[in-house]
Amino acid sequence: MAFVAFGSQAPAQEQKPTKTGRVALILLLPGLFYLALFFITPLISLIITSLKQASASGVIGRYDYGFELGNYAYAVSQYAPQIFRSFSFALLATIIALAISYPIAYFIGVKARDKPLLQGILLTLVVAPFFISFLLRTFAWKQIFSNDSFIVNLLKNIGVFGADSYIIGTNFAVVFGLVYNFIPFMTLPIYANLDRLDIRLLEAGSDLYASPAKTFQKVTLPLSLPGVISGTLLTFIPISGDYVVASRDFLGGPDTAMIGNVVEANFLRIQDYPTASALSVMLMATIVLLVSAYVKRSGTEDLL
Amino acid sequence: MKRGLPQDPMLAQLVQMARQHQISRRAALAGVGGTAAALTLASCSTAEEGMVAATDLSDSEKVLVWHNWAAYMDEDDDGNYPTLLRFQEQSGITVDYRIEIDDNDTWYAKVKDQLELGQDIGADVACPTTWMASRLRNLGYLQALDNNNMPNKVANLAPGYQSSSEDPDRVYSIPWQGGFAGIGYNKKAYKEATGKDAPSSMADLWAAELKGRVGLLSEMRDTVGLVLLSQGIDITSADSLNDDAFDAALALIKEQIDSGQIYNVRGNSYLDDLATENIIAATAWSGDITVINYEQATDEDPEPFGFVFPDTGATLWADEFIVPMGATHKRNVEELINYYYDPVNAAELALWVNYITPVVGAKEIAAQEDPELAENQLIFPNEETLAKSSAFRSLTGQEEQRYSTAWQNLLLGA
Repeated sequence: MAFVAFGSQAPAQEQKPTKTGRVALILLLPGLFYLALFFITPLISLIITSLKQASASGVIGRYDYGFELGNYAYAVSQYAPQIFRSFSFALLATIIALAISYPIAYFIGVKARDKPLLQGILLTLVVAPFFISFLLRTFAWKQIFSNDSFIVNLLKNIGVFGADSYIIGTNFAVVFGLVYNFIPFMTLPIYANLDRLDIRLLEAGSDLYASPAKTFQKVTLPLSLPGVISGTLLTFIPISGDYVVASRDFLGGPDTAMIGNVVEANFLRIQDYPTASALSVMLMATIVLLVSAYVKRSGTEDLL
Repeated sequence: MKRGLPQDPMLAQLVQMARQHQISRRAALAGVGGTAAALTLASCSTAEEGMVAATDLSDSEKVLVWHNWAAYMDEDDDGNYPTLLRFQEQSGITVDYRIEIDDNDTWYAKVKDQLELGQDIGADVACPTTWMASRLRNLGYLQALDNNNMPNKVANLAPGYQSSSEDPDRVYSIPWQGGFAGIGYNKKAYKEATGKDAPSSMADLWAAELKGRVGLLSEMRDTVGLVLLSQGIDITSADSLNDDAFDAALALIKEQIDSGQIYNVRGNSYLDDLATENIIAATAWSGDITVINYEQATDEDPEPFGFVFPDTGATLWADEFIVPMGATHKRNVEELINYYYDPVNAAELALWVNYITPVVGAKEIAAQEDPELAENQLIFPNEETLAKSSAFRSLTGQEEQRYSTAWQNLLLGA
């Protein structure tokens, strides 16, 4: 499983430069070629588009090459609420997903270690949602939370909800959907990490008169940090750019749009490619900055 | 296609190859870097001067590809299209009918680069809405059809559709089906919520009893059009429907969204919201309500949903056949259009899809089949009904950019 790689704690082995450098380079070439073709080229194209200016012809969706930094200013001023909302949702959903995933991962990786069957079943359950397209799963939640659904009626009957309250289209529905969709991405790296936690260290902790809480704080948590970091990165980054869950056709409403929805609307409906590109570039830049600050603070540069 | 080529011979060659749409795999691999540049160059060059229609291969190739909207073709229980099957038998032309258009703007975003280059968009004929068809025509992306090949169209096109200042002979875009946008509502739930039988005006949608249970169509011309009409604006006139009027209408919609009155603003999927009772009333398309009634009918309640014109009037729209410059089966398309302008075929289709047919004589034929349905004002509207509806005026490029940006930004919240 690819996720195992994320939890790797093996110290990087000091490799002496060898004469096989040329072979390594040749082996690297396909990867580099792939990166250049499918990452660098679109990125450059994106940056060029983000600086285009409206065409003098006045035709919708036609833009001329330029150096229009105003596109960025416009994007920020026009869409500041959605930008802010994206990162707030991403942060909130990441924290909730961590709170839910850590105990699951701990249970599977540590407590269920001597019960391979249980471990296998639980792991399968975590991964099972991937067997179905996440679009379908998100649609299913839409049905479950729809206005005449059991849940909404129950909430109304016990008086939590007023007659005109609903779930779909609210911030709650969107954050719920985000958390739900990304829990496996949080659980698996943490599990992969905790699975290799040396139990003897915990025993040593209790031998030294540390309470279980203290042992967790001083031993388990620091050791599992690389897993937590990869988990949070694997959730936070895609959530910031997610546009399906918050879309009005899924769990979102007229007031839940995130950056992804803004980019989609600008690209496909308004045909304002420069603004859409400017937003994408900013989203990318912001994530790179946030993530490098986060990783640096957490002291796990090895991950990058 | 007679545009200047880049000076650089290699780029020039690549541009030419890109234009001819004949980049072989080998060439594409060889010119990876250059191809991207060529495509960028090709896509930014303007196409105004003299685009030439692709050679018509209809004589040798009896095929055509048709892009259309969902639920727009008569269908039997096996999922076949009876009128289309008959056309194929009669003409020997194989039709590849694909449901490809979900929204005018997103469809345009998908095909605009090919259109701009005069290339094949993968369809010989498509049916976007009037305003989109006229945008394409003004940009010079469309082939003119030959009236001589479409005697039925010349004879039977309803008078209301004939007069178009931009296209006097009606050869660039030819109506397929039309419809109204008004208010659709769940009869029982509406009665329970408000005590009234049916909504009668746009103001009824903003009633406190319906808070959080109202849907709006994401099609700007319909939703904003209905609100404009309710504010006393004549949406057919540029004097009346000006920037101020548009902004005022958006302000009203924004207020309703902010107050929580509006549950959601969506495309065709508002039907799910109506069906699941997420919403009680919505701005809706006429034919859709017939379809949802058909789907949701029970024995006690054969017609659970209703459709009304607001007292201030409904909007009227039509989707139209267009043939892009790059299409290679124009003659086949003409034959197809001619076929659907035969009142017999038009009637059969109209009775199924429940939209307004632009074909004169279809009503009389339909009356023999189903006299009741032939009186349905939503399918065969009379003068009186048509007088209560109006079509959103055509917008200039600048207006369209401004209005559509404002509308989409409103839908993004903020």
